[in-house]
Amino acid sequence: MMNEILEFIGNNLQITYILILAIFVGVEVIKSIPAVLHTPLMSGANALSGVVIVGAILVMLHADPTDYVALSLGFVAVVLGVLNVVGGFAVTDRMLQMFKRKK
Amino acid sequence: MGILLNIIYLIATVTFIVGLKMLGHPETAKKGNLIAAAGMGLAIVGTVFVHEQQVPPLIYILIAAAILIGSLIGWLIAIKVEMTKMPELVSLFNGFGGASAALIGLVEYSKNVNNITQSTTIVSGIIIGAITFSGSLIAWGKLNGSLKSVVRIPYYNIINNLVIIGIVIFAAFMVATGVDSQLLLYTFLASGLIYGILFVLPIGGADMPVVISLLNSLTGIAAAITGILYNNMVMLVGGILVGSAGIILTVAMCRAMNRTLGSVIFGAFGGAATAVGENKALGSIKSTNPSDAAIMMNYANQVVIVPGYGLAVAQAQHVIHELEELLTKKGVNVKYAIHPVAGRMPGHMNVLLAESNVEYNMLVEMEDINPQFSNTDIVLVVGANDVVNPAAHNNPASPIYGMPILDVENAKHIIVNKRSMNAGYAGIENELFYNSKTSMLFGDAKAALTDLVAELKNM
Repeated sequence: MMNEILEFIGNNLQITYILILAIFVGVEVIKSIPAVLHTPLMSGANALSGVVIVGAILVMLHADPTDYVALSLGFVAVVLGVLNVVGGFAVTDRMLQMFKRKK
Repeated sequence: MGILLNIIYLIATVTFIVGLKMLGHPETAKKGNLIAAAGMGLAIVGTVFVHEQQVPPLIYILIAAAILIGSLIGWLIAIKVEMTKMPELVSLFNGFGGASAALIGLVEYSKNVNNITQSTTIVSGIIIGAITFSGSLIAWGKLNGSLKSVVRIPYYNIINNLVIIGIVIFAAFMVATGVDSQLLLYTFLASGLIYGILFVLPIGGADMPVVISLLNSLTGIAAAITGILYNNMVMLVGGILVGSAGIILTVAMCRAMNRTLGSVIFGAFGGAATAVGENKALGSIKSTNPSDAAIMMNYANQVVIVPGYGLAVAQAQHVIHELEELLTKKGVNVKYAIHPVAGRMPGHMNVLLAESNVEYNMLVEMEDINPQFSNTDIVLVVGANDVVNPAAHNNPASPIYGMPILDVENAKHIIVNKRSMNAGYAGIENELFYNSKTSMLFGDAKAALTDLVAELKNM
């Protein structure tokens, strides 16, 4: 197991760096957020996790047109991914629309 | 992969980081969300069109149809949902994201059984996606009330741990042997779905926001894993951003409720054993009526409103805003005291009050309002209970002992609106109600506040 991890890091040095740096960026970006914005933030982050849609589209693009299993699984994956993205961003927008300041 | 597509992904990744950052400030949050959304749109369009592959038209049509269907349903749900139903909606959308990740893994598995790195990512993607999907659906059911009770099978902690160990062994077996069996693959998927259910089922409704936040973070990790599979940077960075942000948010929520993540997951709230013997010295309660309460408020200098989820359940956000405007007009200094976990999620109460046009700067957070309670004539507690329970300060035996609360007992007078004397979400007695400075205004929040407003108008 240890060998495989080391091998993965060796073969994917760039990805490993990006992974570690992205973790820190995520922590830093979120750190000083007031509690009032936690719900919109969670909703917005939830929309972002819909980025998995990119993978679902890749599945469909790579699929053999006669491979109905792959096509239908990919199709459902795209629908669900888009639901997460569009629904997530739309509802976050709706929430934030309500934060008005005194004019 | 073409250089153009990589540039598109790079731009999208930057919009995610900038968008997330802007979401953290009230003035820029709305723009930040739109920027991230634009980046996501760009990434999706780029993925579909910018490549050198030969793709039959049928597949393009299918992709377009899927995107159209998903957008339409997602949009409709998003604009229709009531704001009180927000937490469960986030949970539902999150579950869809997890399911998407699991499905991708299902398709990719047999193509990659011989590559250990790839099959490790695929197997992890399937399992995390499956756990997120079924777990989010259970959380959704618990929050919308269709799954009411806390289900705890005997020894559930041990069983859950055994199941997760079993899953890890199962996964290691699949990766190591490289078996290409659809039966095994779907059994593996099912074991993830079952674990998701077992994981969330024993957790109480009060802890659900923490669970949703955790599952949200897991979906991010599943997306990032899929990103490694495709060597796709926008998925990798986007997913990890959500993963680490989600964990920070989860920990922040736990801290606000004075719970550790461990106690949420492994269940420290016994419920039954806590309240025993507490009732003896509580004394008697004093009730008041809208007209007396109105008189007191009319002559107060400063009134602090403490809204809780009961306010939202009764749909009384608009009436409370009316009350606050009326008092302000009469020269009373009115503020809202917002506990970090008021509502069902951190910040949920702010969204609900913002929906009824309460000014953002009238909402004061716990740390800032607590020193002001001693100068406050009247605190009006509406539908909140555990977040104003002094047991958090002075009863080490209480399950909420040590939880940061709003110190309303320092005010000169406290009016508590509640439907009945039932205990709060945590199921424990609140000695605040028996305090000699406290008057209880019984009744549905909306009805009671409407009466209060009517009385004030007559003065």
